[in-house]
Amino acid sequence: MKRFAARMGPIGIVAVVIVAIVVFGAVLAPLIAPYDPTIGSVTQRYLGPSLEHLLGTDQAGRDIFSRLLWGARSSLVGPLIVVSITAVVGTALALTSVWWGGFVDSAISRVLDLLFAFPNLLLAVLAISVFGASLTTAAIALSIAYIPYTARVIRSTALRERNLPYIRSPQLQGISGLVITARHLLPNVAPLIVTGATINFGFAMIELAALSFLGLGVQPPDADWGLMVSSGQQSLISGYPAESILAGLCIVITVASLGYIGERLGGRSAAGRKA
Amino acid sequence: MMLDIRSLSLSIAVDGGPKEILHDVTLAVGRGEAVGLVGESGSGKSMTLRSVLRTEPRNATVTGAITLDGVDVLSLKGEPLRQLRAHQIAMIAQNPHAVLNPVLPISRYLVEGMHDAQGLSVAAARLRAGELLEQVGIDGVDRVLASYPHQLSGGMLQRVVIAGAIAGKPSLILADEPTTALDVTTQAEVMAILDDCRRELGMALLFVTHDLDLAAAVCDRINVMKDGVVVETGVPDQLRDHPAHPYTQQLMDSRPASIMWSPSDGSGE
Amino acid sequence: MSDTNTGPVSETAMITVNGLSKTFRTGVGRATVAALDDVSLVVEAGSCLAVVGESGSGKTTLARIIVGLESADSGTVAVSGRVVAHRASRRELRRRASEIQMVFQDPQSSLNRRLPVQTAVDEVLRVHTSLGRDARRLRCSELFALVGLSDEHLRALPEELSGGQRQRVAIARALAADPSVIILDESVAALDVTVQGQILALLDELRTAKGLTYLFITHDLSVVQLIADQVVVMRRGKIVERGATADVLGRPRHPYTQLLLACAPRPGWKPQRGVIRALREEITS
Repeated sequence: MKRFAARMGPIGIVAVVIVAIVVFGAVLAPLIAPYDPTIGSVTQRYLGPSLEHLLGTDQAGRDIFSRLLWGARSSLVGPLIVVSITAVVGTALALTSVWWGGFVDSAISRVLDLLFAFPNLLLAVLAISVFGASLTTAAIALSIAYIPYTARVIRSTALRERNLPYIRSPQLQGISGLVITARHLLPNVAPLIVTGATINFGFAMIELAALSFLGLGVQPPDADWGLMVSSGQQSLISGYPAESILAGLCIVITVASLGYIGERLGGRSAAGRKA
Repeated sequence: MMLDIRSLSLSIAVDGGPKEILHDVTLAVGRGEAVGLVGESGSGKSMTLRSVLRTEPRNATVTGAITLDGVDVLSLKGEPLRQLRAHQIAMIAQNPHAVLNPVLPISRYLVEGMHDAQGLSVAAARLRAGELLEQVGIDGVDRVLASYPHQLSGGMLQRVVIAGAIAGKPSLILADEPTTALDVTTQAEVMAILDDCRRELGMALLFVTHDLDLAAAVCDRINVMKDGVVVETGVPDQLRDHPAHPYTQQLMDSRPASIMWSPSDGSGE
Repeated sequence: MSDTNTGPVSETAMITVNGLSKTFRTGVGRATVAALDDVSLVVEAGSCLAVVGESGSGKTTLARIIVGLESADSGTVAVSGRVVAHRASRRELRRRASEIQMVFQDPQSSLNRRLPVQTAVDEVLRVHTSLGRDARRLRCSELFALVGLSDEHLRALPEELSGGQRQRVAIARALAADPSVIILDESVAALDVTVQGQILALLDELRTAKGLTYLFITHDLSVVQLIADQVVVMRRGKIVERGATADVLGRPRHPYTQLLLACAPRPGWKPQRGVIRALREEITS
């Protein structure tokens, strides 16, 4: 624990606390949110901060604080899906590529190059236009776009490791490639995967928020930070910026914290070795 | 004494507290003298060298004194330090690839050094570069000057680095395991060249190595180091025949009693 | 001067290498390099043969082919009288591994830094024996004791051990398969000089105690002196001289061997440019 604290540094610890608060808020939303996020009373529109409504209400009379809490859930779940799929598929492709080498490596690299060529959001929009707008579709589409980045990074480190004697030795014993990859190669790229996942989480969060903002992700009346930024635009114009600004702030602070944590995790040497 | 290191202690700050790398190191190098620093890994020999050059790690706490020609090296900063490094000291490191810019031809490395440090005109520097390469035993000087580092062998590159080192006529050459990465035959040649050149030009040498016999071959005096401390100092013969410290004895014992042929034995037939 | 003596044909040969050749192509469309050129040698059971050479001599390629990491272009390798296949399948590798094991040069990269060192040995036991988990742990303990390590080292991570200790683990791993041959590829080169002596002494003890055969790849003549009965000297893919250690090191015939000896630091040695140059000329003439 102490080493972790030293690794993070003072700002890092603040970042971890922030992320912890967000996660707790999301997990405990059903318990601590004072109001239902989707139901509002027209008579309660645009109320300012008060004891009853900590952060006020939006143009439909819904409690902003409750919506932020509930919105945290979709804002976290989406990136979680993205990061999980990316990590699993990206790592699998990278390790397969490295172990087999030769033709397999070339073929996989070419496929990854193809995926690289697509701008992330464009791929997502494409998928959504085919399969319909929802958080799941957006998340899966984004994962596909992220896979080449992860795969590339894992591949270059794994390539270096693959030729070292601690991999050659079990190979000489006649142990299968799958076992060697899982038992020896994977643990040595694991720190890299974790760092990548943390940073990707932040990116995914922003991009999914953008998709929701465009109306292609989470649909109203569900609460979602990106959606709130978008739907709060009208309120902004009417002189009630609270919804957009607060939701936007949540996104920015969470993403920045995750990004910082990711960088500190990967700090010394991504493979966990002392530099 | 030209180089005087007195009670040099160095510790670096790590997670668990300060870690002592050098403890009370005292040694000296006379003008034109070759002194060896022999030790195994963790002995502090490289760090001692780095302290003279002032390339010790930033979070290091250094106490003691290092004087070179009367100048207090430890208190130098900025321009005077640069002058010291440019004119009075030259360093030959273990890996020549780390010193030579891979995208520049060898001529640039030598010419740049002389032009910047000594103010020679480019034409004069190029002429001198050719002379220096000849001095370090390179044939085909023009070809080598035009070559890039990756086109030359390790031994060749180290010769180039030696040429660069003697170019500025420094009073002291610091050599940190300069031949460890080389084949044994190349090592012998490079050490012979280094020895010849520095004797001819009257330069002092502080030679760091793990190989006691190698140090004995070119040094007038040797300091044996272990765990950041100088355990024994003496001339090679004395260390070999009458080692005073058990560690020196241990180093001697690790080498076999030699049955090996040497050129003075005559032809093997 | 070339070496025509392929050594005595012997019934007690543990390893027989015959006419081994391998060329590498360096980069796209560039020149071919003959890593091995018609190399033949014999290692008697229970002996230690040192293969000495500088970089580019082919000694490492030779070791890698014998152990199965690379395949030769032509020639044969026989272990205990049985010829081993060129392109080794996994099953073939496993069979070969039960007879020949390898100890690598770098103690740091030959162990998985994320796992306790015991797993390296345990893995080999799992492949080559049918022992259950507890029996394997016991055997790991025995092997560790054999190489001079204690039970508390079993759970250590590689970074918690010294270079010498890691190399002992590597030796324990090699012994775990109960081989008849161990190939040591510069196995002490990365160690401190005082530690080298200890490891070489350990290896010698083990060889006598277990009747092992060693093939020791090295560039260091003092290592040869300390551990090898026989030695072959390689240069540019060819064997230029071979014989008993005392003979080759004490009365070298080939100018390249003489050059290596002239360049080997030892008490009283000094590098002599003239001598080196003369020997080099003699080699190329």
